[in-house]
Amino acid sequence: MLLSRVTMKQHSKQQKNLEGYVGFANLPNQVYRKSVKRGFEFTLMVVGESGLGKSTLINSLFLTDLYSPEYPGPSHRIKKTVQVEQSKVLVKEGGVQLLLTIVDTPGFGDAVDNSNCWQPVIDHIDSKFEDYLNAESRVNRRLMPDSRVQCCLYFIAPSGHGLKPLDIEFMKRLHEKVNIIPLIAKADTMTPEECQQFKKQIMKEIQEHKIKIYEFPETDDEEEMKMVRKIKDRLPLAVVGSNTIIEVNGKRVRGRQYPWGVAEVENGEHCDFTILRNMLIRTHMQDLKDVTNNVHYENYRSRKLAAVTYNGVDNNKTKGQLTKSPLAQMEEERREHVSKMKKMEQEMEQVFEMKVKEKLQKLRDSEAELQRRHEQMKKNLEAQHKELEEKRRQHEEEKSNWEAQQRILEQQKLDASRTLEKNKKKKIF
Amino acid sequence: MQCERRNGTQPALTYVETVDTVDTAWERVKNEEKRNLSLGGHVGFDSLPDQLVSKSVTQGFCFNILCVGETGIGKSTLMNTLFNTMFENEEASHYQNGVYLRPRTYDLQESNVHLKLTIVDTVGFGDQINKEDSYKPIVDYIDTQFENYLQEELKIKRSLFNYHDTRIHICLYFIAPTGHSLKSLDLVTMKKLDSKVNIIPIIAKADTISKSELHKFKIKIMSELVSNGVQIYQFPTDDEAVSEINASMNAHLPFAVVGSVEEVKVGNKTVRARQYPWGVVQVENESHCDFVKLREMLIRVNMEDLREQTHARHYELYRRCKLEEMGFKDTDPDSQPFSLQETYEAKRKEFLGDLQRNEEEMRQMFVNKVKETEAELKEKERELHDKFEQLKRMHQEEKRKVEEKRKDLDEEMNAFNRKKVAAETLSLSQPLKKDKDKKKIFKEEPMSSLAMAIEGSAYK
Repeated sequence: MLLSRVTMKQHSKQQKNLEGYVGFANLPNQVYRKSVKRGFEFTLMVVGESGLGKSTLINSLFLTDLYSPEYPGPSHRIKKTVQVEQSKVLVKEGGVQLLLTIVDTPGFGDAVDNSNCWQPVIDHIDSKFEDYLNAESRVNRRLMPDSRVQCCLYFIAPSGHGLKPLDIEFMKRLHEKVNIIPLIAKADTMTPEECQQFKKQIMKEIQEHKIKIYEFPETDDEEEMKMVRKIKDRLPLAVVGSNTIIEVNGKRVRGRQYPWGVAEVENGEHCDFTILRNMLIRTHMQDLKDVTNNVHYENYRSRKLAAVTYNGVDNNKTKGQLTKSPLAQMEEERREHVSKMKKMEQEMEQVFEMKVKEKLQKLRDSEAELQRRHEQMKKNLEAQHKELEEKRRQHEEEKSNWEAQQRILEQQKLDASRTLEKNKKKKIF
Repeated sequence: MQCERRNGTQPALTYVETVDTVDTAWERVKNEEKRNLSLGGHVGFDSLPDQLVSKSVTQGFCFNILCVGETGIGKSTLMNTLFNTMFENEEASHYQNGVYLRPRTYDLQESNVHLKLTIVDTVGFGDQINKEDSYKPIVDYIDTQFENYLQEELKIKRSLFNYHDTRIHICLYFIAPTGHSLKSLDLVTMKKLDSKVNIIPIIAKADTISKSELHKFKIKIMSELVSNGVQIYQFPTDDEAVSEINASMNAHLPFAVVGSVEEVKVGNKTVRARQYPWGVVQVENESHCDFVKLREMLIRVNMEDLREQTHARHYELYRRCKLEEMGFKDTDPDSQPFSLQETYEAKRKEFLGDLQRNEEEMRQMFVNKVKETEAELKEKERELHDKFEQLKRMHQEEKRKVEEKRKDLDEEMNAFNRKKVAAETLSLSQPLKKDKDKKKIFKEEPMSSLAMAIEGSAYK
């Protein structure tokens, strides 16, 4: 989820009314003073095919020979591959120092095969972000030079028809990394009506492709809003640049001399140059820096740090957790891990306990079973024993009975034989 | 590409040569040489400071003051006087157990400037019998505000431009107007605070000291501060616009102030003052006290510098110490600079390694436990088995005995039966009478089934 433009107003609701002058209304002056002492920096990137008048426009914007025969513009420095080169100039005006860095891209869009010609540009912007991020994250921080690209002027060839595929591709890839201000170059090749048409077509295509060009901030000030709306209606700005000064009606102006007249650079009816200059330099330079710092850079940073933090961690969990620093994130992960381990430990304990109980129960059961069987067998044995005893007893009883009988029989026999003998003896007589 | 030089003259710049010299010039420029260029007209970037100012004004400012001083020394009154407004304040009692800090935030506005002012009061300072730890809550509070800012700065998704900055920009240290020297509590506290916050020492209730005493007092205080190495805030003298006034004010430190919100009529004006029987001490009269100087320095001239110093010096020091504590370094052992990514990745690897190790340990412990218990249970099983083997053997023994007995009995019974049979066969060959008797006997004698069975078997 990327940051979008946020209004940076801080109005508080409860107010205390001061009786008498305290003096902190002087704070803005203090800020003014310090900022002048510090000086200002601005990094501007110009991108477009060669011959579109980029160098001329820069020279016209800053009213100085930034590009000159000794320091030629990008169209004169084309090499085999697209380069990204920067040059720094120091300019002073009204006590205010400005360190201006112009980044240009010789070779952009000039080859036969222009695939990926935007890559060096992306790489350059990212590397500046990276430098800033590293400088910001050092333990020992010193005053950081800010070389992040704060504005990109993209030059559109005045075909009169629409955007080229290269234009669309470039803007789509860079609109979330840098403030893009699209310009129609060499606007003096179109009539006002053609220009209107062209602008409409371009804006339509920009909206279709959901390209986010630099947006002017809303203000409360009615005056300012009027001006902003005026600018918005004229987007993209159609510009003309010139290095030569021509006399027109007694005035010396920058312009391009044609047989049929002079196209004046600073004439609002001829082109939108003045609007561009006012917007870029006189009113919105600070805002361009702020948006770069608060939106584009922060997006880069959070993406970079999220990649570092969540390296190897399931990405589904991490959406919406980006409000922590990587260290805090690690702390939280550590806590999560500890609680996970505790749970795991508990579970394993439980399983372990259960298994032990089971086993013990089994042991007890088998012990009981064995005991039971043993008892059973013992009972059996005892029963047999008893039975045997009973048998013996019976046998003994029978035996003694029989023996008693025998003895009686014997006795009877004896008596009988004695009686017989007696009888025999009697008969003989 | 070759560049042909004509003898004795500079070569005319052809396209080829242009490219050559261009290359070298460009090389030079690429190495970050800054060219100074003059402008051919009014470009308009001299409005940059105004753009910056207008943005700051829209955003609003915030300022945080910490007042350190004994109870009743006049901290709240001075704040009311400085900001020309009655901030709500209950009087503090002298019987606090310890020192605690009471921050309160107010939204003030003057012309188009919005100021979010936070005043932090130290309640109970100097009231305890043992004041050894009095400075600790103060240091902790200051550190906490730094910590909060640092945490915000380190977040992945952060919004610093929206952040309500609560870091203390200035500490007003109230010195009791004894007229002699600093108290040891003052020295100890200021020494602990001087590396964390901008300190401006002020002599409170200065209307109790005469001018000459005051002069001596100020010198004594400053010399004590210097000899104890206490770093107080110096008004900056590097900006020509304010260097003169700042330098002269530096010489008047510490400021002797009087605070009052009561208004007294002096002449035909109504001023803020304290009315005594012997006269009226006017707060805004520079010959009576240094209140105006304090207001000038603190609010009208150096407020922004105080904020800057807090951020660029005190906060950076805190941040550096904290990061070093956490193990961050700027260069690795080979003196190669670390990129942020490398640092975080290293930390992360370490962290994951720790977690991994913990898990391993726990698993290992469990494995061991399981092994132990298994061994125990097996032992129990074996014992049980043995016991029952023994019982089985005993049982077998018993069984055998019974079997033997049975055999014996059977033999006996067999012998007896044979005897019986023999006797019967004998009696069969006896005379009839005896047969009858025998029959009788046979009839009379109940036959046990066993005997019948045996007979049966004997006849077989």
